[in-house]
Amino acid sequence: MTTSISAMGGIVRRKEDPALITGQGKYVDDIRLNGEAVTAFVRSPFAHARINSIDTSAAAAMPGVVAVYTIDDVRHLGPVLAQVPVGVMRPLLADGAVHHAGEAVAMVVAENSYVARDAAEAVLVDYEPLPAVVDMKAAAAGATKVHEGSESNVLVTWFSHDWWPGVFELVDHRPAIAEAKERDDVVVVSQEMTNQRLIPTAIEPRAVLADWNHGYNRVNLWSSTQMPHALAGAVAKTFGLPSNEVHVVAPEVGGGFGAKLNIYPDEILTVFASKALGRPVRWTETRREAAFSTIQGRGWVATATITGTKDGKILGYELDGIADMGAYSQNFTAAIPVLGLFVAQGQYDIPLAWQVSCVQTNTQTTDAYRGAGRPEAAYYIERIIDMYAAAIDMDPADVRRKNFFKKEDFPATTAIGLTMDSGDYEKNLDTLIADVDYAGLRAMQAAARAEGRYVGIGLSTYVEVCGFAPSVLAEFGFGWDAYGMPTSFSGSGLVRVNPDGSATVIIGTGPSGQGHQTTWAQVVSDRLGIDYDSVRVTHGNTAESPTGVGTFGSRSAAVDGAATYEAAEKVGKKAAEIVAHMLEASADDIRFADGGAHVAGSPGHKVTWAEIAEVAYKPHKGPEGMEAGLEAHAVFSPGNATWPFGSHLAVVEVDPDTGNVEIQRYVGIDDCGNRINPMIVDGQIHGGIAQGIGQAMFEDAIYDDEGNLLSGSLIDYPIPAAGDLPAFELGWTNTPTDVNPMGVKGIGEAGTIGSAQTIVNAVVDALAPLGVKHIDMPLRPRRVWDAIQKARG
Amino acid sequence: MQVAMTVNGREVSGDVEPRTLLVHFIRESLRLTGTHVGCETSYCGACTIQVDGAAVKSCTMLAVQADGATIRTVEGLADGDQLHAVQEGFWERHGLQCGFCTPGMLMSAASLLEQNASPSEDEIRHAIEGNLCRCTGYHNIVRSIEYAASKLRGEEPAPPDWTMDFEGVS
Repeated sequence: MTTSISAMGGIVRRKEDPALITGQGKYVDDIRLNGEAVTAFVRSPFAHARINSIDTSAAAAMPGVVAVYTIDDVRHLGPVLAQVPVGVMRPLLADGAVHHAGEAVAMVVAENSYVARDAAEAVLVDYEPLPAVVDMKAAAAGATKVHEGSESNVLVTWFSHDWWPGVFELVDHRPAIAEAKERDDVVVVSQEMTNQRLIPTAIEPRAVLADWNHGYNRVNLWSSTQMPHALAGAVAKTFGLPSNEVHVVAPEVGGGFGAKLNIYPDEILTVFASKALGRPVRWTETRREAAFSTIQGRGWVATATITGTKDGKILGYELDGIADMGAYSQNFTAAIPVLGLFVAQGQYDIPLAWQVSCVQTNTQTTDAYRGAGRPEAAYYIERIIDMYAAAIDMDPADVRRKNFFKKEDFPATTAIGLTMDSGDYEKNLDTLIADVDYAGLRAMQAAARAEGRYVGIGLSTYVEVCGFAPSVLAEFGFGWDAYGMPTSFSGSGLVRVNPDGSATVIIGTGPSGQGHQTTWAQVVSDRLGIDYDSVRVTHGNTAESPTGVGTFGSRSAAVDGAATYEAAEKVGKKAAEIVAHMLEASADDIRFADGGAHVAGSPGHKVTWAEIAEVAYKPHKGPEGMEAGLEAHAVFSPGNATWPFGSHLAVVEVDPDTGNVEIQRYVGIDDCGNRINPMIVDGQIHGGIAQGIGQAMFEDAIYDDEGNLLSGSLIDYPIPAAGDLPAFELGWTNTPTDVNPMGVKGIGEAGTIGSAQTIVNAVVDALAPLGVKHIDMPLRPRRVWDAIQKARG
Repeated sequence: MQVAMTVNGREVSGDVEPRTLLVHFIRESLRLTGTHVGCETSYCGACTIQVDGAAVKSCTMLAVQADGATIRTVEGLADGDQLHAVQEGFWERHGLQCGFCTPGMLMSAASLLEQNASPSEDEIRHAIEGNLCRCTGYHNIVRSIEYAASKLRGEEPAPPDWTMDFEGVS
């Protein structure tokens, strides 16, 4: 009854851009309310210390200071709520002790930010330093405790064979792999590798503005969050309100990457202060502070082992690792490695034995950062598979191909019992091999080596998992129950045709640069034939929108997009009956296109959307007994996640005298199913690759032994700049999925999951003639140079 | 202290503390919030504006230092409804995602093209190295600036390079 899905895949300029390129976009810190006060936090200089006393009197007496709060004022509100409450939850302010450097100890509220920061300096805290444990292995060994009195620093160990006991009956592959290792015809390749801790670094610092209205006893809250409804629930639960009395707005959000997917103490504390003071209260993070006030990501050390035959058949893949949780658990902290486990075996149909222990340290909390466990998982298997290929002297592309799940295996069951919806890995890799002329590249490399140059070719495949589903995963923690919002990760969309024939689409997600206004307008325009420019999409507003889950896990298009698609279908069904009445035709024959509807086969026999809408809103003109109005809401709960995949390749040259790595080419062939707007999809992949290259080459959250973060500013923590990156070459395969009606899979994290190991594989390949087998990230010149010197003896 | 300056063609003045950063004067006193604060330490470039024609990071300058200056912010980039070529380029070539770095990026790009009408890709990448973007990987920012450069030279911009040929959709 509507235009074909193939009308999508179009390039349209983004609806978001005219405001953003003219300075009219409003981020939280751009919004000002009358009478607002501003906060600053007092932060601990110690990673672990007892707090003997806090003297706020001097600060409180400073002109312009409104209030100074400590834990004594807010202890009754409890700790910060978490989706997966495994570990020690973060108190709103330090309670008797601090457990990482930068932990907030007191909050100053003042008339402006300059005064607030001055006053924060005037709060006197008497600390009694305690031993801190920063190194993951030391923490796991447990001599020093992160939290005094705790029994162990290890929170949980995730095993592949029983990650969700009672739900999946799984094979423990460890005995079989141990047996395989005894065979004469196998090689065993093993390597410990660090996947270093990262600081997400969205360019917009987090900001929050709370305005408690005592008249209505409700709160308006603006926050740069990725999950407005969860935040509304958490605030409501904390303050004893129904969730509909917490109105959260996520306006323009300046990048998220998972770091804005938490409930943060500052969100709760500004609400508390606004309620206490009867005026709006704001907090805006400084960049230096962000390293302490916003979660970090990655931070694993693990040994990967492949046991395989000498002709490239993998008989077992093992990973034994530790993941750094930091001092407190927040939203999803201790469950992040489970997301890695979801894709632990990559594209390969191989026995898996995987265990990762979640360990507390006296450092900032880790949580979801773009990819969230999956880049780590992809890194380990794709690095060790390259080492295995080198050990058996086989081309890394051939080793991969030999162990792939085959096209006919799909839907394929993974070693941990999940079902991957679709895949054609061989075709995807073949596309890459053909596009780059792989044989030609290898010949070029051989020629370069003959000249004494160190040129490397790195390859990686990956599997992503997007739009976590099915609904039962909510019982594992994939839901907002802990925030008082019991829901699985369904999607929601509301489509309303207004009386003038324009359409309003309201979605429950809160984007942070992904272009949802554009993409959703395309979906609705495509389904209903309403002009793209006449479709308005609103999001990130809990008072307006149906309950939504938020933007993370590359889920929005595949889940909320599908919900919007279904809502549009419902609207179309009703509209078809109206049009059939207007044109005296059968509803089955009504087609929507070009700003209206017509009877199939006679495009001249048509009405406009304005005409349809008028009839819809004037029931005396429409079909007898039909309810007036024209809108529909749909909730889409997918039966499975989607499993996009891809193959990436990099060409690098290493300068052996300086250790400098030049990325000469970067090519990605990704498969995310149908693409609604290829321009936006390309952009997502570009940004994802850049963040993976950032990890591979530059970024490292370095703590000293006492728990001081040494790389908390942008000069010490260099995210990639334009001159650090090459132009990217992208291509596609499209393997359909039937998980959702649009056949889309998700693309937000794919680039990051595929890229870090592609670069490291390339650099190690470049240095292979020297005997270099592995270098830990980031591959800064000094580290590469050191590896070269060591290899040269 | 009293400061007066010309911002986007308008005479403005204000009373500021000596320590007030120029970016805070622009955002808080003038309420021109298109200029963003991403780090307050001059690394990220989100606060880039033009001061007397030169690209300047406005978090690294005091408001009093701009007394008497002529300032242009992102709000002053378009000529009425007519977008500046770099704005058009960023829109046409998907040079922004979250948009937070964009105002600073646009000001740096405009300054580059005022000095160099035909920058190479390397020159563009070098010119915007002081402006950090976490979303785009810079690929489309470079293409956006190339687009703008072509337009300013009166030439037809190169076609976009995103991948259109895909399979499997009938």
